[in-house]
Amino acid sequence: MQYMLLIYSNETEFEKLGAPEQDSMLKEYMDYSKSIAQSGHYRAGNELHPTSKATTVRVRDKRRLVTDGPFAETKEQLGGYYLIEAKDLDEAVGIAARVPSARFGSIEVRPIVPHEMPS
Amino acid sequence: MGFGLTVARRQGFGSLLDGMTIEQIYREESGRILATLIRLLGDFDLAEEALQEAFAAALAQWPTEGTPANPRAWLVSTGRNKAVDRLRRRARFEAQSDELERLTGLADRMAEEPEESMLSDDRLRLIFTCCHPALSTEAQVSLTLRTLCGLSTEEIARAFLVPLATMAQRIVRAQQKIRDARIPYRVPADDELPARLDAVLLAIYLVFNEGYNATAGDAVIRRELCSEAIRLGRLVCALMPERTETRALLALMLLHDSRRDARVSPAGEIVLLDEQDRTLWDAEQVREGLALVESALRDGTAGPYALQAAIAGVHASAVRPAETDWGQIAALYSLLLWVQPSPVVELNRAVAIAMADGAPSGLRLLDELEFRGELAEYYLLPAARGDLLRRMNRWTEAAVAYRRALSMARQGTEQNFLARRLAEVEAQISQEQAN
Repeated sequence: MQYMLLIYSNETEFEKLGAPEQDSMLKEYMDYSKSIAQSGHYRAGNELHPTSKATTVRVRDKRRLVTDGPFAETKEQLGGYYLIEAKDLDEAVGIAARVPSARFGSIEVRPIVPHEMPS
Repeated sequence: MGFGLTVARRQGFGSLLDGMTIEQIYREESGRILATLIRLLGDFDLAEEALQEAFAAALAQWPTEGTPANPRAWLVSTGRNKAVDRLRRRARFEAQSDELERLTGLADRMAEEPEESMLSDDRLRLIFTCCHPALSTEAQVSLTLRTLCGLSTEEIARAFLVPLATMAQRIVRAQQKIRDARIPYRVPADDELPARLDAVLLAIYLVFNEGYNATAGDAVIRRELCSEAIRLGRLVCALMPERTETRALLALMLLHDSRRDARVSPAGEIVLLDEQDRTLWDAEQVREGLALVESALRDGTAGPYALQAAIAGVHASAVRPAETDWGQIAALYSLLLWVQPSPVVELNRAVAIAMADGAPSGLRLLDELEFRGELAEYYLLPAARGDLLRRMNRWTEAAVAYRRALSMARQGTEQNFLARRLAEVEAQISQEQAN
């Protein structure tokens, strides 16, 4: 069963960190990715650029509305994700708890609804 | 649930086989069979339907073919087969891919299941599933009552004073989350167990408290909640006898519940502990509760349930109110305050100290508590102050405190009690003025 781990944290806090702290964070993430790849849980994962680089698109009455920024202003922002394979929610929560940002941000664990690509 | 039982009753089914009628088997075993079916099928609704179908099949077959050697195993495997048939039919008629997927998932799971797993007691796993931290506490409590106690959704809605539709939605959502997020049916591993067991015990305790201290609602249902909580407490105790907290919680519930007939007057008014007719206490429950609390305390580190049970035990051991060992109660509250700091515990400790060392020492502690303002909404604080002031013959101040308490109390029986006390105090005031 697949779960999406959505990583939320306050991105301005992260930007305020000095270069050494940012580097050590990056290294922690690399170690983490490696460990869940080795244990066979990793399916995909990426960091996202901050919400200042987000663009939101809506189509209303066939008209395209394009706006700057994320779809909603929140205290913590989606900053990255992992797609993992786990046997149940307990295992998924255990993997999520080890995401480095779990210590200060929040990791939302969402089960994936499997859909096959229509041929 | 309840359908199988109704069928058994309606048909007056009474064939005694091995001393057990189908009705008795239903009453005693259906909870355990349902738990196993939920684990095997991974779906609450399907499991409930399967349970009813299995009992319907038993009603049709056992009278002529004889009761199987192991009725429970027969019912589980019949229920499981009925569920598979049902899924096959649905898959054929509705041609829904998710039904097919569930069917293959089910077939895979069954292939992995060893035959003897049909005989395991799954109620413990199920209670850990129902009280999983990924579900809200409200959902945990409702689902536990629905699934492990077999209460109807309507009864649970009435017990918690929630509209039926809201309760039904709460239960269905929790069941769907268990299925779709795949919350496992498993007793947690040792490293998680203490925290997860705490959640289970809390849910049981909440069920009990809702019955015991309900702020409103139907008295019959409230009593049923208490006995269901005790039943769950017994179940967890029987299945995890090595855990001290489970015994302590059961002791606490038994000791409180032993006073159920004495704590409300025939007119429905609250009777305080020192005014209760102690011959109405359930002696058997007191005996069992005391034995459990002693065994829990012998285990060493006393947690909050053990300390609260010990306090209830000291009360239960006093034949007359005057014999109550208030010094020991005050000491136990001090320990409780240390393991579980809370202003409510502080309030109770202050009252115990007032009883042990005299009203002024207790009043001093209550004044501090009031000054901090943490219990500003809690009617028992001014009620306790009123009581101590009354004992000190400070009638005017007592009247002020009772009036405040009265303005904060919500339940009818509480209001009546406070009004009665206020009237007594006011009578004293006018008597003094007359002199």
